[in-house]
Amino acid sequence: MTDHHSEIDSVTGRATTGHEWDGIKELNTPLPRWWVICFYLTIVWAIAYWVVYPAWPLISSNTTGLFGYSSRADVAVELANLEKIRGDKMAALATASLADIEKDPALLALARAKGKTVFGDNCAPCHGSGAAGAKGFPNLNDDDWLWGGTLDQIMQTIQFGARSGHAKTHEGQMLAFGKDGVLKPDEIVTVANYVRSLSGLPTRNGYDAAKGEKIFADNCVACHGDGGKGNQELGAPNLTDKIWLYGSDEAVLIETITNGRAGVMPAWEGRLDPATIKAMAVYVHSLGGGK
Amino acid sequence: MNKAVNPKDLTPVDDNAPLYAARKKVYPQSVSGTFRRIKWGLMAFCLGVYYFLPFVRWNRGLGAPSQAVLIDLPNSRFYFFFIELWPQEVYYFTGLLIVAAVALFLMNSVGGRIWCGYLCPQTVWTDLFYAVERFVEGDRRERMRKDKQAGSLTLKRVSEIAAKHTIWLMIAWWTGGAWVLYFSDAPTLVKDLLTFQAPMVAYAWIGILTATTYLLAGYMREQVCTYMCPWPRIQAALTDEWALNVTYRYDRGEKRTSVKKAAELRALGEQVGDCVDCYQCVAVCPTGIDIRNGPQLECIQCGLCIDACDNVMSKIGRPKRLIGYDNDINIHRRQEGKAPIYRFVRARTVVYSAIIAAVGGIMIYTLATRSLLDVNVLHDRNPLAVKLSDGSIRNAYTVRLLNKSGYDRVIAIDADGPVNPTIHVVGVDSVTPDRPMIVIPRDSTSELRLLVTAPADNNPEKSIPVRFHVTDIGLGVVASTTDNFVAP
Repeated sequence: MTDHHSEIDSVTGRATTGHEWDGIKELNTPLPRWWVICFYLTIVWAIAYWVVYPAWPLISSNTTGLFGYSSRADVAVELANLEKIRGDKMAALATASLADIEKDPALLALARAKGKTVFGDNCAPCHGSGAAGAKGFPNLNDDDWLWGGTLDQIMQTIQFGARSGHAKTHEGQMLAFGKDGVLKPDEIVTVANYVRSLSGLPTRNGYDAAKGEKIFADNCVACHGDGGKGNQELGAPNLTDKIWLYGSDEAVLIETITNGRAGVMPAWEGRLDPATIKAMAVYVHSLGGGK
Repeated sequence: MNKAVNPKDLTPVDDNAPLYAARKKVYPQSVSGTFRRIKWGLMAFCLGVYYFLPFVRWNRGLGAPSQAVLIDLPNSRFYFFFIELWPQEVYYFTGLLIVAAVALFLMNSVGGRIWCGYLCPQTVWTDLFYAVERFVEGDRRERMRKDKQAGSLTLKRVSEIAAKHTIWLMIAWWTGGAWVLYFSDAPTLVKDLLTFQAPMVAYAWIGILTATTYLLAGYMREQVCTYMCPWPRIQAALTDEWALNVTYRYDRGEKRTSVKKAAELRALGEQVGDCVDCYQCVAVCPTGIDIRNGPQLECIQCGLCIDACDNVMSKIGRPKRLIGYDNDINIHRRQEGKAPIYRFVRARTVVYSAIIAAVGGIMIYTLATRSLLDVNVLHDRNPLAVKLSDGSIRNAYTVRLLNKSGYDRVIAIDADGPVNPTIHVVGVDSVTPDRPMIVIPRDSTSELRLLVTAPADNNPEKSIPVRFHVTDIGLGVVASTTDNFVAP
């Protein structure tokens, strides 16, 4: 082996490694020393890293390293710092009244920004990311409110929900007039057409308006009020406006009157902290539908 | 064209030279003369501007920074004397970069690498570091001698080395220090730096720039120009035969011989050159080349060899400018015994000048006429439109108002488009119906949520353009923008 090393290539005058393939010999060109040193240093570094930092997975845990470093603890510290930075502003949000928040441009911007993210995380599945709602889930951008659209009313709805089971929740539901045998099918068709006429929608040919009005007066006025203007105490929708939560087609109305409706809005008290609920109320109010 | 450039008397550049050779340390000798004076002057000017500009004050009124040149990163503002730029106006920097690049091309087509020789920061700081080195350790010969005796360190030698590096580091540190002063109020920052109250990032940048200045100007020197800088390569592709370059006039330089011998040979009527082979041009060269080998990549065209040669020529009573700025064409003309010609107005220089004038003109024009009140409108995408209970349609917009002036503005917002629209700004109770008024504080941006409602009987078909006007009610300044009003 030492023989190979001493072999000198005649053309370049340099030593070869002695390796030969098909008559081609390899010149001995070692890596630069600094490069080799760096290479060994990286190996040392890697081993040190295993020891110093959490690295090896064990059966039920992992090696924790010498300094007890953990990325989870790092995140916790970062989050605590963030809370500290935001502390003042969030405290201001928690103490200010809803109306004051909306009047103060800085607080309004903060509440809107905070509300928007929290809305996306918690409310968007039902109300949509832009709060435009869907069939059965109210559009929060419009000016029609089942339970009231003032800041306080919105806040209350978010806090306690509707038919949520919370002690202070909004109660009240659309009864199942058909299923429960209160109205006959032909009466339901008649009153459905009457309800359509309340908001100026066309009615079926030959429907008896007087009969519809009587059925409405006997069965619906208690909740929906005289002339169908609705009642926010009971969450009973205004039937004279152009906004329909489940749709205004005759078939949809028949379905509603026959089987009733009782959509549920969950209570957020306890799931979101008070300042966040406040921010959310301001955000929803500022979407444009607030009264 | 190449045939005449390579007379056999010249030392040819070795095409088969190895691609890598260990660096030979350069010991440039001190020199005096015209170009050296120009270099001193430009160095003083450049460094003076760099080091002291942050301390120049500029009154912008209460609450605004009073520093003439300030890059205010936390507030996203750039101040340059009377100009204040916002992030939206970052295209001015694009314009500046275009002008700078084309100015470099123009310089190059007129005078070759004068940027490299006189203005490049690498040249300026290396030159300064060389001056320090010369001041502490002596001139070329002394330094070479001292380096040879590196093995035997005397106390004097150690103190010299220490003094040199201390001064270098001081300059480097000051360089880094001046840099950070452009990003914060200079006098305050100096005080904070001294009392260790300044932000960590300031110390970090000073450290980085101290290190790079010390390394680049103290150790890497001409290697930066030769191996790291892309400009020599680009420059070589951009230059032409009319551009001035530092040139050795071999038509009057060859053959080289001593003064005495030259006089004897001349008396005999033989052809001899003015070059006495004294190697002064090589000794003073900061990149360590021999300009008599013709144009070379390493040459930064600083003109110091011209000064060195001129000094020798005047001593031996021969005409000056054996080495001088000249162009490629004249190299050949002189060899053929023709008079030199210079042409600075050429397609290249005219086009470059035109580009500079055009871009500069556009920048100045837009700067002079730009509005200090601006409005951007973004239509809500989700939902695009909302139907209200009375059948009217409402669109929501996010409006960003920019007040770039130094005073608070009371502005009113109007919308043209849908018939009889009502406008409401969330969080603002309008005194005048349908014309919300708000205050935007000076030098700031306000983001508002704007609701535009079209009554039921005027519902637009599908989408109609709507124009927003923002009026400063005090001054009557108006800014407008257009968006669309959409029906569901």
